[in-house]
Amino acid sequence: MADIRNNFVGIKSPNPFWLASAPPTDKAYNVERAFKAGWGGVVWKTLGEEGPPVVNVNGPRYGAIWGADRRLLGLNNIELITDRDLQTNLREMKQVKMNWPDRALIASIMVPCEEESWKAILPLVEETEADGIELNFGCPHGMSERGMGAAVGQVPEYIEMVVRWCKQYTRMPVITKLTPNITDIRKPARAANAGGTDAVSLINTINSITSVNLDNFSPEPSIDGKGSHGGYCGPAVKPIALNMVAEIARDPETHGLPISGIGGITTWRDAAEFLALGAGNVQVCTAAMTYGFKIVQEMIAGLENWMDEKGHRSLDDIIGRATPNVSDWQYLNLNYIAKAHIDQDACIKCGRCHIACEDTSHQAITAMVDGARHFEVMEDECVGCNLCVNVCPVDGCITMVPLAAGTLDQRTGKTVEPVYANWTTHPNNPMAKVAAE
Amino acid sequence: MATGHFKEGIVGGRLSSEAYADNFSDLHPPLDHHEALVESDRCYFCYDAPCMQACPTSIDIPMFIRQIATGNALGSAKTIFDQNILGGMCARVCPTETLCEEVCVRETAEGKPVQIGRLQRYATDVAMEEGKQFYSRAKSTGKKIAVVGAGPAGLAAAHRLARHGHDVTVLEARPKSGGLNEYGIAAYKSVDNFAQAEVDYVTAIGGITIENGKALGRDYQLSDLTKTYDAVFLGMGLGGVNALRAEGEDTDGVANAVDFIAELRQASDLGSLPVGRRVVVIGGGMTAVDAAVQSKLLGAEEVTICYRRGKEDMNASEFEQDLAAANGVTIRHWLQPKRVIADGGKAIAIELEYTAMNGEKLVGTGETLRLAADQVFKAIGQSFVPAALNGSGQAIALENGRIKVDAEGRSSLAKVWAGGDCVVDSREDLTVSAVAAGRDAAESIHRTLMG
Repeated sequence: MADIRNNFVGIKSPNPFWLASAPPTDKAYNVERAFKAGWGGVVWKTLGEEGPPVVNVNGPRYGAIWGADRRLLGLNNIELITDRDLQTNLREMKQVKMNWPDRALIASIMVPCEEESWKAILPLVEETEADGIELNFGCPHGMSERGMGAAVGQVPEYIEMVVRWCKQYTRMPVITKLTPNITDIRKPARAANAGGTDAVSLINTINSITSVNLDNFSPEPSIDGKGSHGGYCGPAVKPIALNMVAEIARDPETHGLPISGIGGITTWRDAAEFLALGAGNVQVCTAAMTYGFKIVQEMIAGLENWMDEKGHRSLDDIIGRATPNVSDWQYLNLNYIAKAHIDQDACIKCGRCHIACEDTSHQAITAMVDGARHFEVMEDECVGCNLCVNVCPVDGCITMVPLAAGTLDQRTGKTVEPVYANWTTHPNNPMAKVAAE
Repeated sequence: MATGHFKEGIVGGRLSSEAYADNFSDLHPPLDHHEALVESDRCYFCYDAPCMQACPTSIDIPMFIRQIATGNALGSAKTIFDQNILGGMCARVCPTETLCEEVCVRETAEGKPVQIGRLQRYATDVAMEEGKQFYSRAKSTGKKIAVVGAGPAGLAAAHRLARHGHDVTVLEARPKSGGLNEYGIAAYKSVDNFAQAEVDYVTAIGGITIENGKALGRDYQLSDLTKTYDAVFLGMGLGGVNALRAEGEDTDGVANAVDFIAELRQASDLGSLPVGRRVVVIGGGMTAVDAAVQSKLLGAEEVTICYRRGKEDMNASEFEQDLAAANGVTIRHWLQPKRVIADGGKAIAIELEYTAMNGEKLVGTGETLRLAADQVFKAIGQSFVPAALNGSGQAIALENGRIKVDAEGRSSLAKVWAGGDCVVDSREDLTVSAVAAGRDAAESIHRTLMG
């Protein structure tokens, strides 16, 4: 049986599934329920400095986009950090940690970008016996207008500075949470690393407007006819998050820096992908907000089952396994040639592969053969783009079949070369380096 | 004394009034907004969609479903009406299981097609409930066109002709318009007087005058029409019922299934409608199923459909056969009627002979079966009665007993087009096929007149 116990920068949890700092972790009631359901850890909803708590809007906080059957694909929110009194949160955190000593409890913190503010709050948090802190440099709305959250996360120098303060004033491990609302995710990660962070977590939510109300022309979620951009999350952001995790994992400057992966993780498979790209564990929010805490049981069982099937004994066997395979385009093997193949037994003849290819791509799929509705790839036209695979509604019906070395590519009339060759040496590349004789 | 189901003879009042209302409620209740959205999400928006090819009126089904999914039910209704102005009734009565839904790729994939018929009903209901009219008449052409029969073919032709700016007079023999939609379809397929609502919706475009109680050959002749009008469209139904060719066919208790169905549709009080305790329906088509199921729903104790060939030969679709079975109707195959047995002039039983195929030929085996029956319905097909056509003037050419037309619906007579059940063509005898025929003939008339 695979061992999925997690040790993330010294913080131990029975599994790698934490709940991200967000509404599900705002108070003891929710967190207790989460732990009962099986979550390995929680990052408590972001604490602010002592004093009157922030206030939230009193209208809709969430907007969404949906797929077929109104499956929630993307969610955005304009909620702020916890709007509960700091002392109440701290008291509850301490009690919960006492009740659940085997689970990870991390305090997310966001206070003004001043040394005194951080210096003041860290001992209070330490007092709760929390396992670590997460610096919220990501929140893209509201707090960023006040110079916190993403306003810090978008300035690498500030990140480095605050991380340094935290490392100086607490013994707790520091996880720096990064905003994706920047051009190059490696810059803030390097800054956090330079400041001495124990880990980074990413991604926080993405600036977004989910929709516009076409009756009153207000962005959604609409507050009295107005809207502001909110933080986008859920399954739709997963690809963006995966890329950013991989960028940090393969950056020579930050390679090896522990990463807590966040962004649209909905199933065990999503989680495994984050781990494979270099995340040491994962944080989940939208999936829980969509389906409730029970989903962690599917994640645990699914991950264990896959690991057992593949013979992976512990998380260390899978973490970072895909990282070396993330490359730059210029190094992709141009001698790798694949052609789409349609399994005629599985084909339901919807014709979407044909029309996608015909209208928008390479005119490489038939619609009619000998007077009958029949969809088949014309290998002499197929560039192997994979669009048909992606638009086909039947899983596994269309597959990409690589051509073996030595076979003829009917499209180019050339024989498939047995050797790896990329753009850097390609004759069409004016910058091509001459291959050594 | 026996009551309810067990009362002997052909009597009414077998059930409570609640039971009648329940039994004759909507067979496929309409989809509500949520259901329509969930169902429309299932459509894959196929390329050159098989459903669209299977539709006799070629409705752009993926498009109308996508319009429902995107919150544009009115646009969806227009997509439907563009091809089929009787899309509302077709949504209710089309045997979708042998047309669009049979070829739906989700039928291939999962054995569960998108419920195209019910989605079509959803969209058309939205438009019709709002009284939304999508079409206006073109500038008047001054041309006058007569349409004989206010059934699906005639109404579709009239609407298309009116759109093109022609003035249309529809002559209908029966007191109400709608043809089989009004008189020939099981009550649970068209509730709430939908057939009349649809006639009103179609004629609301203007330029269409319907004259009821005007029968061809009785009240006027075809030659009168060709003299008075610029063109004539014949859209009559089938007036004749095929005989049983069994002894005792005239016995009290033997009736035409189509008459029973019509009477039921027109009944203001179903409880007053008499039905036998033991009913035998002879036939294997939709009419047989409609008569049998409705007999059962009226409270008959035993209802048996006897068909002279096998299950796969039945014209009634698989769905209709299952519907009959689910309502407690017994379907028996390989039996042909031989003799109706009477007592005191009233039917008490029917004697049937087993049949078998002898090579290509259906033959009686000599073995017989007697089924108790106080009511026997004939549902072995209807025929066109051409007598009305040829009262005067030139004779119109027939083929296999029906009007001969070309691909555009032109008959052998100048100025006369025909379509629907009264013609012989490649189309099936379905409401939707009649609509297509009427529509296409109207286009042909328009092209001819406007040259």
